[in-house]
Amino acid sequence: MLNVIGAASVDAFYEDVPEAARFSGLIEGLPNHQGELAVERHLSSLAAKNRTAGEGRFFVGCGAYKHHVPATVDHIIQRSEFLTTYTPYQPEIAQGTLQTLFEFQTQVAELTAMDVANASMYDGSTACAEAALMACRVTKRRKVVLSGGLHPHYAAATRTLCEAQGIKVVALDPAVDGELELSKSVDSETACLVGQSPNVFGTVTDLSPVSEAAHAQGALMVSVFTEAVSLGLAKPPGEMDADIAVGEGQSIGNPLTFGGPYVGLFAATQKLVRQMPGRLCGETVDAEGKRGFVLTLSTREQHIRRDKATSNICTNSGLCALAFTAHMTLLGGTGLKQLAQLNHEAAGALADALEAVPGVEVITPRFFNEFAFRTPVNAEAVLAMLDEKGVIGGVRANRLLPGAGMSDVIICAATECTTAEDIAAYADALKEVL
Amino acid sequence: MAMNSSGRRTAPVSASNDETHTVSGSRGLLQREDLIFEFGSTKETGVDLPEPGGKPDRLGGVSRSRDVELPGLSEPETVRHYVRLSQRNYAIDLGLFPLGSCTMKHNPRLNERMARLPGFADVHPMQPQSTAQGALELIDQLASWLTTLTGMPAVAMSPKAGAHGELCGMLAIRKALEARGELDTRRRVLVPASAHGTNPATAIQCGFTVDEIGADARGRVDMAELREKLTDGADVAGIMLTNPNTCGLFETDIREIADLIHDAGGYFYCDGANFNAIMGRVRPGDLGIDAMHINLHKTFSTPHGGGGPGSGPTVLSEALAPFTPVPFIVRDEDGTFHLVEEDREEAEQSFGRMTAFHGQMGMFVRALSYMLSHGADGLKQAAEDAVLNANYIQARLKSVMTPAFDGYCMHEALFSDAFAADDIETIDIAKALIDEGYHPMTMYFPLVVHGAMLIEPTETESKAELDRFCEALESVAQRAASGDPSMKAAPMLAPIRRLDETRAARKPILKWTPPEPEAIAAE
Repeated sequence: MLNVIGAASVDAFYEDVPEAARFSGLIEGLPNHQGELAVERHLSSLAAKNRTAGEGRFFVGCGAYKHHVPATVDHIIQRSEFLTTYTPYQPEIAQGTLQTLFEFQTQVAELTAMDVANASMYDGSTACAEAALMACRVTKRRKVVLSGGLHPHYAAATRTLCEAQGIKVVALDPAVDGELELSKSVDSETACLVGQSPNVFGTVTDLSPVSEAAHAQGALMVSVFTEAVSLGLAKPPGEMDADIAVGEGQSIGNPLTFGGPYVGLFAATQKLVRQMPGRLCGETVDAEGKRGFVLTLSTREQHIRRDKATSNICTNSGLCALAFTAHMTLLGGTGLKQLAQLNHEAAGALADALEAVPGVEVITPRFFNEFAFRTPVNAEAVLAMLDEKGVIGGVRANRLLPGAGMSDVIICAATECTTAEDIAAYADALKEVL
Repeated sequence: MAMNSSGRRTAPVSASNDETHTVSGSRGLLQREDLIFEFGSTKETGVDLPEPGGKPDRLGGVSRSRDVELPGLSEPETVRHYVRLSQRNYAIDLGLFPLGSCTMKHNPRLNERMARLPGFADVHPMQPQSTAQGALELIDQLASWLTTLTGMPAVAMSPKAGAHGELCGMLAIRKALEARGELDTRRRVLVPASAHGTNPATAIQCGFTVDEIGADARGRVDMAELREKLTDGADVAGIMLTNPNTCGLFETDIREIADLIHDAGGYFYCDGANFNAIMGRVRPGDLGIDAMHINLHKTFSTPHGGGGPGSGPTVLSEALAPFTPVPFIVRDEDGTFHLVEEDREEAEQSFGRMTAFHGQMGMFVRALSYMLSHGADGLKQAAEDAVLNANYIQARLKSVMTPAFDGYCMHEALFSDAFAADDIETIDIAKALIDEGYHPMTMYFPLVVHGAMLIEPTETESKAELDRFCEALESVAQRAASGDPSMKAAPMLAPIRRLDETRAARKPILKWTPPEPEAIAAE
């Protein structure tokens, strides 16, 4: 090959590198190559140090949920043709990816009861931040208001992105049941109100009055969810007059994986479609009139519009969106409702069991599969003692909300994976440690 | 009939040929496959869940008024549906995928197996850190590989993709300027015309303005223009430069560029999309850069998945490290790891949080698996082989196509459309290549070259495979040079013909809707 090229060695190709930065030997401090067996041993030893949710007695939620993912889903996303392909820039040889994205968009739109959905975002938190920016573009206003029940990571990601553009972010005080407070915080300079249902404390709220208040001032309503399964039972954003719906899709089809990769869901009303961020897949026809799908409205995007794009996003969460779609296709609306009921009932049973423990007070008034409760002692200490008894009892509110005066609050979740034995074990352990 | 050397036809017999019409709509192995909404039933489900017990409702009336109307398919129907659809995709596992700047290299299957270990896949981001020490240690190990390979002191692990990593670097620069009290005055970011579209978009997202710099005749930053733009550089926040650049060339003056930008008081952001060309041979830390994202899905082989998920850890210089986003991992004296989140003092100077949780763990596992497998020696060789393969393609094709610039390239070969007849465009060449069984190269990018074709073979390909590819592309290039009008109709042999993108954008149809009742009655 070097002969064809006319080079003496590969070193010739690196002659443009300034001499002082050229590295002749090997970079120090790193091992040389190893076989599969050695690598597997190394990584397995790290994996073995982690407690898995599947071991049971596991009640952690707050934006990521332990659900059962059917074996079929993992098989489908490992198909070479999906796993090892690129963003579908050449639609004639990417109809597989494109048709699944079209199905994904249809499923997300139906689930959220919105007109249109995009082909996914990185995750729920970045989708939330992008929704706030989009509301500012649409309304040409520079202020967003976040509820006190918005997942604090979502609030933080939104603050980071908005403040970089000089957009004012008003975050209401943390509140278990305060979504409706948003209505009081809207004025003629507000681009959007951002509310969440179920919120980070698990509280479900009909956000319709908030949407109404937003619209009365010419602002948009952004409705957030972190538990997609909740939409099988709880009121979806579209039924609450939201203009933009964003949320985390991990619960459907995707494992926990310590926080990522996940799949952000992003939906909106029809009239806002040209201001949406991210990829969109649309239907069209080929030269013979046959239906096909393409990425469309790309004049919104960075690779065409560069500095005038609606977002800098390039990659989405393609394979996680496929996992979502495959799982959703197995479930159907009927299965989703059943799944949601199982989750809801497990959480109800958990709340009943924990509330029966002296000193425990469930403080979430209406919930789907997650709620907060108050303990008579410090939550961090309680969780550590539960951990010693093999129960991963949830998240202490002050990990997410330091300084909110919630050091005695624990947020916990139950799903279809939670068994009656798990719930009994939690209640028993809590009784012992309190 | 036009044939290529392996006997495949390269042009249609005739446009009206209907020999493939079938009653079923399938064509041999290519099965017809409708949308799930067109054949599934909303009453069915393919999951076998226990019956709910009908226990009391705790939703307080905040219930969905209309059920989710989505079809459920059985397991065999679901598998068949997606397998059939998959067969309409090109993929690296099918063949060479020369998409320049995208680095479509083989995705080792060990990485997939490792990412699926329950000890990684079934671990919750918010479970007690004492129960996730192996996960934190893995992130720490990966971080250490990245800082060592780049010669940079710090790395932010949470960015979710390359563009998110760019955002991370530019937000760190923004915060550093703020700390210096110069954020209000330093608004201008220099971006070469050849940059990825994400660069200017990112600068704008961070509240900066974009000032474009041209390329010189050698495909590098025009140094005279750069100096001129920096003569009054008091308003310059920094530069965003890709290296190796999007023309597939190393920026020879990179150290001088770093000095110039630093002397002007700005910072140097390097787009690390092409780090795969230099890993193990050049440490970006020796080039004077302040921030660089690394696409784990390019350089370190995590699968592209049809458009993500990616992962974009961002290495930072001493000057920017204090502003790194939360969370980050610290190793305590007793050897335990902890996450620095919003509630810790160590995060005081951080520019904030970019995303929920701690980054793309599933991609971290895959990337570390790749690094451990290759080692320092193998990574260096991967870079060298990628560069060797690209130069081989450039050398083999330079007589039939027009290289955009003289001299050796790095990991990708760039051609202009000058060799093609007037009425043949780059897109026609790309589509004709589809008929030859290959995914096209990157087209019309970078913008600084007319009708650009950017070919990145990666180290994955053998010489035999490169030869087969070159043979196919040579034949397409010759047709383009002779102005073969049949190329306008390509692809003829893909599952579907050229698609009408204008129509898709004019009146967007973005989801399936049930047919109108009249239409059903008419059928």
